[in-house]
Amino acid sequence: MQWETVIGLEIHAQLATKSKIFSGASTAYGAEPNTQACNVDLGMPGVLPVLNREAVCMAVKFGVAIGAKVAPRSVFARKNYFYPDLPKGYQISQMELPIVGVGKLTINLGDGESKVIGITRAHLEEDAGKSLHEDFHGMTGIDLNRAGTPLLEIVSEPDMSSAVEAVAYAKKIHALVRYIEICDGNMAEGSFRCDANVSVRPKGQEKLGTRAELKNLNSFRFLEKAINLEVERQIDIIESGGKVAQETRLYDADRNETRSMRSKEEANDYRYFPDPDLLPVELDDAFIDAIRETLPELPDEKRQRFEADYVLSQQDAVVLTASRELADYYEAVVATAQTDPKIAANWVSGELAAALNKEAVDVVNSPVTAELLAGLLKRIADQTISGKIAKQVFEAMWQGEGDADAVIEAKGLKQITDSGAIEKLVDDVVTTNPKQAEQYRSGKDKLFGFFVGQVMKETKGKANPQQVNELLKKRLAQD
Amino acid sequence: MSLDHADVKKIAHLARVDVSDEQMESIAKDLSNILGLVEQMSAVDTEGVVPMAHPLHMAQRLRSDEVTETDARELFQSIAPQTEEGLYLVPKVIE
Repeated sequence: MQWETVIGLEIHAQLATKSKIFSGASTAYGAEPNTQACNVDLGMPGVLPVLNREAVCMAVKFGVAIGAKVAPRSVFARKNYFYPDLPKGYQISQMELPIVGVGKLTINLGDGESKVIGITRAHLEEDAGKSLHEDFHGMTGIDLNRAGTPLLEIVSEPDMSSAVEAVAYAKKIHALVRYIEICDGNMAEGSFRCDANVSVRPKGQEKLGTRAELKNLNSFRFLEKAINLEVERQIDIIESGGKVAQETRLYDADRNETRSMRSKEEANDYRYFPDPDLLPVELDDAFIDAIRETLPELPDEKRQRFEADYVLSQQDAVVLTASRELADYYEAVVATAQTDPKIAANWVSGELAAALNKEAVDVVNSPVTAELLAGLLKRIADQTISGKIAKQVFEAMWQGEGDADAVIEAKGLKQITDSGAIEKLVDDVVTTNPKQAEQYRSGKDKLFGFFVGQVMKETKGKANPQQVNELLKKRLAQD
Repeated sequence: MSLDHADVKKIAHLARVDVSDEQMESIAKDLSNILGLVEQMSAVDTEGVVPMAHPLHMAQRLRSDEVTETDARELFQSIAPQTEEGLYLVPKVIE
């Protein structure tokens, strides 16, 4: 049977405010346990929540960025459940009247293909604390520093039909929240978390299958792996005559498997009701318009501009606009180097991205600055060095050995373009390898590469490749 | 609509409230009466009425995003049953 996968994502983005959503405690990451949990966060008797204006502004900013209707009136509700990292016994969230309504986002799937994914809603809520299950004499340790950190929960429609689409969507939201500077997007620190609702159904069937909710997906790679595993698991169950249970499953990266968490049938009865401690949030058009004015160029706009202005493929443009910082870097390189933007794109998304990735460095802290890379591209453009040697120069610049000119000078990497010198080398190589020359002339074309290799070896790769080719052909044509 | 004992038991469990067998009957009756009242209100035509989220006709005030709280861990933990390395300790939570 042919199966169809249906995926919806719930993304929790921690909003980059200085203080918590309902209290004046700091949200800074990595503080000593419980030093940033005040009496409001601890749910002490008699305290009252007071809403953080910045958290509201950030939610609105997201709403206008996805073209959603921002609610003129939204209401906070209590979501009731008992867990030790939730001191009040309820989480303040939004249920019936979320701050951000229906919107949409276009994802790019490479090769110019794109798909529109619906966004059901986005609402404000507070984060819970952290439970540490390591050994405390058989007890659990609770750190409430994170309790009360503002979250924007972004809920998609079940519009994605593969793990690849789900990852493209998650990456797009990730890029967007960073562009508009409402979330730092740090997945390792938990500032950006994805839960995936996954179900399968026979191809062509209208009715959705029973879904499982996947949690603990703290990287895009895990998101993709976990979805693929879950799809396989569900198809296996149905094909062997079983039924998929509606449940929450945790992804275990070490074992690369998903497994059932406690059944949530009862925990799902959250008994939401409007929080009497908080009044409805009312926003007028002037407030929303003022925030719309602060929107920067968004990823889609930037991507389209890159494709048009720099004549790049959609794929190149998607990579380069994945973050605002990388896009800025690229534009700085192009502006300084004044060379082919496509070559600059190849270097930024190739050599540079690989080095940043390998050393886990952020582009803003790259040892090879945009100016340094531009200097290197200039030397490729004016044929001082070949593209191959340029990689060597890049490596040296990365190690802090100075700019391109300094490295080329110090290492003597300047390309040999003196045709007299190259001609002499070519002649030497041909005369010292008479056997190969003979075989080449009798039709063994492949040996041409051997001669090129010999010349390059003699010059340590510095001879201009086009000239070498030309002169070799000429020389080998003689007897 | 009336609640039976099983409903009351479930609600009590969700709220972590202990209800004894002797109390069960009267609580079931009280809760059913409240639901009856709600049912009665449902009969009112509310077409065009904005659902009330709060009895006060006011909007939420917003505070500026500033850190105003300082560390008072020691004070808070002085009344906690058990702490270690700055953490509150609770009976093991089994996942």
